[in-house]
Amino acid sequence: MFAYIVRRLIYAIPILVGVNLLTFTLFFVVNSPDDMAASQLGDKYVTPEAIENWKQKNGYDKPLFLNPQAAGVGQVTDTIFFDKSVRLFAFDFGRSESGRDITTDVATRMWPSLAVALPTFLVGIGVNICVALMVVMFRGTRLDRGAVFVFVALMSISYLFYIIGGQFLVAKTWRLVPISGFHTEGQVWKFLILPVLVGVVAGIGAGARWYRTLFLEEANQDYVRTARAKGCSELSILFRHILPNALIPILTGVVVLIPSLFMGSLLIESFFGIPGLGSYMLDAINSQDFAIVRSMVFIGSILYIVGLLLTDISYTWADPRVRLS
Amino acid sequence: MLSRFVALCTRATLLLGAALLPGCSDGPWNNPNPESPPGMVTYQSVMSPLPPKHLDPALSYAADESLFLMQIYEPPMGYHYLKRPYELLPLGVEDFPLISYTNAAGELVDPDAGEVAFSVYEMTVRADARYQPHPAFALDDTGNPRYLFTDPAAGRQYRQISDFPELGSRPVAANDYVYAIKRLADPFNASPMLGFMAQYIVGMEAFSERLKDISRDGWVNLDQYNMDGLEVVDERTFRITIKGRYPQFSYWLAMHFFSPIAPEVDRFFHNPGFLDRNLTLDWWPVGSGPFMMVKNDPNSEIVLERNPHFREDYFPTEGAPGDAEQGRLADAGKRLPLIDRAVFRLEKEVLSLWTKFLQGYYDRSGESHGNTNRVFDQAFVVGPDGVELGAELAEHGITVAPDVKPAIYYYGFNMRDPVLGGYSEERRKLRRALQIAFDTEEYLNIFYKGNGIPAQSPIPPGIPGFVDGEAGINPYVYDWVDGAPQRKSIAHAKQLLAEAGYPNGRDARTGEPLKIFIDVQSQAISSTSMNWMDRAFGRIGVQVEYRPADWNRTREKLLTGNTQIFSHGWLADYPDPENFLFLLYGPESPLICQCDGANNASYERPEYDELFRQMRVLPPGAERDALVARMVELYREDAVWLFGYYPKDIYLNNPWVHNNKRHGISKNTLKYVRIDDELRERKREEWNQPVIWPLYAMSALLIALLLPGVIAYRRRLRATARQ
Repeated sequence: MFAYIVRRLIYAIPILVGVNLLTFTLFFVVNSPDDMAASQLGDKYVTPEAIENWKQKNGYDKPLFLNPQAAGVGQVTDTIFFDKSVRLFAFDFGRSESGRDITTDVATRMWPSLAVALPTFLVGIGVNICVALMVVMFRGTRLDRGAVFVFVALMSISYLFYIIGGQFLVAKTWRLVPISGFHTEGQVWKFLILPVLVGVVAGIGAGARWYRTLFLEEANQDYVRTARAKGCSELSILFRHILPNALIPILTGVVVLIPSLFMGSLLIESFFGIPGLGSYMLDAINSQDFAIVRSMVFIGSILYIVGLLLTDISYTWADPRVRLS
Repeated sequence: MLSRFVALCTRATLLLGAALLPGCSDGPWNNPNPESPPGMVTYQSVMSPLPPKHLDPALSYAADESLFLMQIYEPPMGYHYLKRPYELLPLGVEDFPLISYTNAAGELVDPDAGEVAFSVYEMTVRADARYQPHPAFALDDTGNPRYLFTDPAAGRQYRQISDFPELGSRPVAANDYVYAIKRLADPFNASPMLGFMAQYIVGMEAFSERLKDISRDGWVNLDQYNMDGLEVVDERTFRITIKGRYPQFSYWLAMHFFSPIAPEVDRFFHNPGFLDRNLTLDWWPVGSGPFMMVKNDPNSEIVLERNPHFREDYFPTEGAPGDAEQGRLADAGKRLPLIDRAVFRLEKEVLSLWTKFLQGYYDRSGESHGNTNRVFDQAFVVGPDGVELGAELAEHGITVAPDVKPAIYYYGFNMRDPVLGGYSEERRKLRRALQIAFDTEEYLNIFYKGNGIPAQSPIPPGIPGFVDGEAGINPYVYDWVDGAPQRKSIAHAKQLLAEAGYPNGRDARTGEPLKIFIDVQSQAISSTSMNWMDRAFGRIGVQVEYRPADWNRTREKLLTGNTQIFSHGWLADYPDPENFLFLLYGPESPLICQCDGANNASYERPEYDELFRQMRVLPPGAERDALVARMVELYREDAVWLFGYYPKDIYLNNPWVHNNKRHGISKNTLKYVRIDDELRERKREEWNQPVIWPLYAMSALLIALLLPGVIAYRRRLRATARQ
């Protein structure tokens, strides 16, 4: 397995280079370094000298990909792309265009993201699995058909509706929790209740419906009939027999998400004022801060690759017959 | 089984309640604000929609950043809080600058008689001006800086300014003002002011060139390098020499760029490793103003606290006419600031901002431009007497503070355009026809809820040169009817169009319909407003095509003159007509200066340019007013802009907030804010009683959903094979 992991990590390098190249190209097709300088300096009294000074200070005064004025390897290494990309592989994200240290910001903002994403993820999985198992228990009945209808209806509603509806009802009309915000001083939990609730409710439709499909497939297997014949209770059949056997497809969809929890959610964080990485990314896009966008895409790619690797490893835990080689 | 389930549910509910309720016992459940330190009156406010990017006075050039900088720093000059038109006052210095004029040989000359080569501004720093407590000023037993490290590891434990146990302070010195100007000139800082100020301050350009070549390993003490136009006369007196005569320089001295920076503060923030922990002057401003920054979490909140070393400063005893009657002098003579602490929370979404304001958790609806227009939609209703506060707001005792900004938004013609540009009488008539067809009043009512005043000239209200009433209308577009301006008729516009060679909107020579092209910023315009414009120009038979683009592409078009009609705006830096009339000054055209010039219309009229040059160096007075009036007349005659309006923002204040008069130019107004803390607490409690029944209803619903399942499950377990 160790060799497998090492091989997968080596495969990740060209993927990361490719993602970085793509991000770089797409960003600079829309924004030239001059545009970035102008947007950072404001739109008053901006002189060509000021733009040049800004570019020089922030390392954007070189050619993008190829420097014909440099000699030898310098033609490739003395470029913005090389300067900005190589450091990423050493996890040195440098500074944002406004001068802040990105590594420090990421390390700070990761925790609020996790504070919202982790409970949403865990509670969401728990609720979805329980609801799906309950529906499977009544498969073929009116309850099952009604539940599927409700799932589809829940899936059809926009995520934004859940957020705004939740804020309007729970925070504005009933005044039960703050409408938005986040503080580490004191009662953090009261800022988390509503976003977690919204996240869980918004995910029930798609999640429970997906798990129901998986469990139904297992529910018709011979081992389930055997268990029932042996006198196992329905709850025992569901949780001790069906659930473990349906784990492989569940893990495929779930484990890959675990590392990405650090990245937060763009919408939830933005609407609930959570100072996490999701809103960090959104702000960076809005303010055309390439340094942050590039770093976040890079981190996102790494976490996704790690997630896929963890998924593979989790298969061996869920099903001992699986061997990674 | 059923009884076990019910018991489990009850136990879980009790446990959850036990966990949550104690936390909810101290005040309303929905209170998003942490407890204020005891004995401190805290002003609760908002920063929206993005946190400030720069808080270094040399780098910052945005209104939402100025909101913080102007509470912390004291530049040499400031503005009277209440008086209008805006009145300049000494702030960080004892008196107005003593200005002397010299010729090229350095001899004193009479500015009205001789050729002025240089103007020398001499200022004396206030004796009681003193910096906030800060670790940069802390000294050890030997008198050396306490926090000066050579190794990044040595200061690793300090992550925020509050982590430094030892603080110090000292009086503000003349050299600090000089040092700040040198920082503007340092190319390494990439100050947005460098290019502009280098045109005026003697030696700035050469100083900047010289600094380009020096080594940048750590802190560079700018005191080691002299700049010709700066002189420290003594501990408290300094001089700035500028080229020629530029009376508006006094206004520039009221901007944060000229705030004092202590060299030891600059050195402190250059400690090795500090940059990696965001310990920089750009994030931790250090000044002598009424407040100091104690927390800067740009992701969440910025906290200011009263500077214990702030000099003696008092609420003004005089105001503009009507201020006394409206109770704006109730705090006259009181020592400033009137609050102890101010918290600015990041709020990106309007619903959250608005809800928290209505719940009393924000004292005001906003601080700078931004969300107020969208908030305004929810705040007002159309009543029998026009637009009035909605019932909920009126019940809450919320007050309104309108603010007509010293700004103008406009759509301009490209005066070099082959179809619409040019200075012939036909082209002027063509542009005037379009001006009349664009019903600015209707446009503002529909799309801005009337939050704007149609511009009759480039100079907005509150700025000398603005003329109200009949004398102030643009006679080419309006008539004065029944005591109010009335837009000329569409028939008149059609006639002008015909005289311009486009009868019924068609080219008289070719018969082709006249089509105009408007460059719009895609984020700033909606399809409904484009439809409205189609209809407006359609009334005179003119077709419109829109060219939406993002700001970068729009800027590119303006720089290359590749536009026909464009949108733009300008917010005044200082209250002088020069700051608006330069938007039409020929050499400011991007096509002439090859820069981001302000004259995006590329208006070039020699008479206007000559008048501008004369006006620029004249002190306020009748002679200057006459020049300004003539320039405005030329602008109207040439019909340079399609339309313009002066934006109006509405700020709402909760009833416990006092001294809410807005100042269009200066942000240095937090020190005047007074909060009735007792009323605030009472109202918050009253407005935020939680509604509990939904909790019971949801619990009942959950049980109602689960119960049939549990019953069915039990029935199935007990069922026989036949059943």
